[in-house]
Amino acid sequence: MIDFIMQPWPWWFSGILIGLTVPLLFLLAGKAFGISTSFQEIGAMCAPGKFEYLKNFQWRSGIWTVVFALGIMLGSFIAAGFLSSAPVEFLPASFVSVGGAVRLFIGGVLIGFGTRYAGGCTSGHAITGISNLNWPSLVATIFFFVGGLAVTWGLGHWIFAGISP
Amino acid sequence: MNESTENTETQKASEPKADRFPSILTIAMVLLMGVLFGIVLTKSEVVRWQRVHDMFLFKEPFMYLIISTGIVVAAVSMLVIKKLGLKTIQGAAIKYEAKPFHKGVVIGGTIFGAGWAITGACPGPIYAQIGAGAWMALFTFAGAIAGMFLYAWLKPNLPH
Repeated sequence: MIDFIMQPWPWWFSGILIGLTVPLLFLLAGKAFGISTSFQEIGAMCAPGKFEYLKNFQWRSGIWTVVFALGIMLGSFIAAGFLSSAPVEFLPASFVSVGGAVRLFIGGVLIGFGTRYAGGCTSGHAITGISNLNWPSLVATIFFFVGGLAVTWGLGHWIFAGISP
Repeated sequence: MNESTENTETQKASEPKADRFPSILTIAMVLLMGVLFGIVLTKSEVVRWQRVHDMFLFKEPFMYLIISTGIVVAAVSMLVIKKLGLKTIQGAAIKYEAKPFHKGVVIGGTIFGAGWAITGACPGPIYAQIGAGAWMALFTFAGAIAGMFLYAWLKPNLPH
């Protein structure tokens, strides 16, 4: 049992737990599982009134998205620090460089812009949206993969030079 | 409670209601679920750049299996919630607010996918990486916030 927890979890176990996050968050807090709205929340808290997109956002009720994000940080800290028998390699070591920082920042801009433009990310669209039979979420998820595959197979040699082992 | 279940996921609040902070109980439950989800993200390894890269290379089915299992389990759970008419622990009705289709779903979705492939992180894993001390992910986070502001700025001129 302890051994099972300390090893990386098998896909079926992780998949079940990720799936259960949707009903549990609804039942315990009345919230639709999603993470990228937290970016908008942070924007609305930091620069209210600058843009209509942030001015119209109900940041008080939306504060839960940031609480959820803080919970994820804490949970990951616990998982990596106390529930893993071997260190978890999040990013390849080659990312710890100026080039890596630039890549991560640019990729981050694409994530922030893209998820807000699409209205959701892997959690809000792919998991919560599709499981609630919301067809635009299926379209969104298909295009997440269109973008990811295009970059990996099209520009991969240039972007990932020196990263992929 | 009811007003806080709405408007949170939608782009624009179509019928504005009073913007109130969630109750302490709701905040506590959200925090608890966040911690559990953060543990799952990290223990499942979906927060690893290599796993995401191998997914896009079709090198292993791992990520596809996790995502599809998650969708199936969530879908069955939502059916059960609907069939039994379950309510939240605070007694409010459970209602999924549908995300609408517009051009951004396609364009923004593709752009996000590109960022996912480059950084090896979608929004949840960005927070998980930072929490576990993978500090380079702070650049991903800074980029994501910049990207959000970029969208806020350009939104009036983008096709929707």
